[in-house]
Amino acid sequence: MTDAPEVVSTASRRSPRVRRVVGFLGVLAVVVVAWELYKVVGEALGGVVPGTELRLRPPPNDRFMPHTWDVVLQLFQPVRRNGELTVLLLAKAAMFTLREALVGFVVGGVIGFGLGVAFVRSTLAERAFMPYVVASQTVPIIAIAPMVVVWGGQLDVPQWLSVAIIAAYLTFFPVTINTVRGLRSPAPTAVEMMRSYAATPSQVLWKLQVPAALPYIFTALKVSATASVIGAIVGELPAGFRDGLGRALLEFSQQFNVKKLMAAVLMSALAGILFVAAVTWFEHRLVAGDHRREG
Amino acid sequence: MSDAVVLARGVGKVFGAGAARVEALTGIDLRIDQGEFISLIGPSGCGKSTLLRLIGDLLQPSTGELIVNGKEPRQARLDRDYGIVFQQATLLDWRTVRANVELPLEIMGVPKEERQARATEMLSLVQLQDFADHHPWQLSGGMQQRVAIARALSFRPALLLMDEPFGALDEMTRELMQQEVLRIWTETETTVVFVTHSIPEAVFLSTRVVVMSPRPGRISQVVDVPLPHPRDVDTRESDDYYRLITEVREALRRGEER
Repeated sequence: MTDAPEVVSTASRRSPRVRRVVGFLGVLAVVVVAWELYKVVGEALGGVVPGTELRLRPPPNDRFMPHTWDVVLQLFQPVRRNGELTVLLLAKAAMFTLREALVGFVVGGVIGFGLGVAFVRSTLAERAFMPYVVASQTVPIIAIAPMVVVWGGQLDVPQWLSVAIIAAYLTFFPVTINTVRGLRSPAPTAVEMMRSYAATPSQVLWKLQVPAALPYIFTALKVSATASVIGAIVGELPAGFRDGLGRALLEFSQQFNVKKLMAAVLMSALAGILFVAAVTWFEHRLVAGDHRREG
Repeated sequence: MSDAVVLARGVGKVFGAGAARVEALTGIDLRIDQGEFISLIGPSGCGKSTLLRLIGDLLQPSTGELIVNGKEPRQARLDRDYGIVFQQATLLDWRTVRANVELPLEIMGVPKEERQARATEMLSLVQLQDFADHHPWQLSGGMQQRVAIARALSFRPALLLMDEPFGALDEMTRELMQQEVLRIWTETETTVVFVTHSIPEAVFLSTRVVVMSPRPGRISQVVDVPLPHPRDVDTRESDDYYRLITEVREALRRGEER
C-alpha cells in the first residue's frame, strides 16, 4: 500500500518571494524604459508619425509625458509655494481615503456575504433579488455617488459614512456572487454526509459550506478591496472632501499638472496594493491547505 | 431470533414523471439482521445505491414500507443510527485527520474530551494513530478511506452503510481494505450494508449477497455465503470461495436475461 505521506516541502519558501519582488521590479523597469524611449524617439521625430503629418498621441513632450524621475521628484517637492510636500499630502489623502474604503469594504463584505447565504438558503430570494443585485452594478457609480451624498446629507449621515456606503456599493457584488458559488462548492456526497449526521442547517453552513467557500470569498475580497478604493475616491468628488485622494486627483487634473497627477495616481495604486496585500495576508492565515494549491 | 436492523416490504422508488419517469426500484423485500454483512451487487442502474440511500433516508421510497432499527428511516437518521462511507472519502481538506473523525461528534454536541478520546480510539481501530495530525491531502487513497470509516464509526452507529467504498482504489489496496473492513466488522459487531459491483469483493466480505438486476431495479436472488470466519488469504484460494463466486455470477447473468 502506498501509505507514505507526501511530504509538503517548506524548504524553498524564500526563493518564490524573492522571485516575486524581482518580477515586480522587472515589470516596473520595462514600463519606465518604454515610457522614456517613447519620449526620446518621439521628440527626435518632431512629435509626428514619420512620413505623415499625424501627431503622436500622447505628445512625447514634458507637459503631457513628464520624465518618470520628475514624477518621483515631484513627490518630494511642495504641492504649492511654501506648501506641504506632495508625498506628505498624498500620503495623508491616501490614509483618509483608505479609511473610508475600509469601512465600505467591511460593510459591503458583510452585506455581500449575508446576501450570498440568503440566496443559497432560499432559491426564491435568489430569483427575486439577484436581478436587482446585477442591475445595481450596471448603474455607473458616478450616477449613484451624488445621490447617496445628497440623501445622506438630508438624513444627517456624516459625509465620510456616505462615501463609505458608496465604497460598500462596489464591494458587495463580487462577494455575493462568489459566496453563492463557494457555498455550493461542496460535493453532493459531503452534503449527504452532513445529512446523515442529522446536522442542522447552520451546522452545515458553518462546518461545511463556509470553510469550503473561503477560497472563493477571498478571491472576491481581493477584487472588492480595489473596488472599494475606487468607490471611495469617486465618492469623495460629490462629497467635496478636501482631504482624500479623490480631491487631489480632481484638482491636479483641473490644473492640468500631469506630474502631480501621475504622483497621485502612483499613490492611489499604492493604496490599492496595500489593501490587497492585507487581504492576502489574512487569506494565508485563514484558508487552510492554501499552501498546497500554491505549491 | 435476532432483531431486524433493516426491514423492507414492497419498497419501490420512482424518479421523475411522464416521459422522464424511471422506475429505479420495485418490490424490494429484504430483511437484514443484526451483525450481518450484506452486499448489494448488480450492474449499473440496478438501484443498489438507491436502496442504500433509501435506508439512509437520503432518499424517500415512493411505495412500500421501510424500517431501519425499528423506526422510520428519518427517525433512524435523526437518532444517528447509521454511519455512511462513500466511494470518495469526502474528507474536509481544512481539517486534520483527527478533526475529520471528530466532525460527527462535534455536530452531535459530544464534549471535547470525549471527542478526543473517541477519535484516538477510532484512529487506532483503522491503524492511523500516527497520522492524526496530518491533513487529508497528505494521505494515500486507501488511508483516506480508512479515515472515512473511522469517522463513520466514531459515534458507534448500529449500522454502517458503504457505497462502493473501495471503487476508486487499486486492486492491492482494495484487498487490504477488505481485510481491514472484516476485522473492524468483527471488532465492532456493526451491521454492514455494502454496495459493490465486484463479485469477489461481495463474496469475500459478506454473510449474504443480494443480487440485483436493472430495468426496473429489483432483487433477483439472495446468495448465502457460509464461508468460515475469520477470512483471509486462504479463504480467497478455497474451492468454496470459487464456487460462491460462480453462483453469484450466474445469478447476475440470470437477472440480466429475465
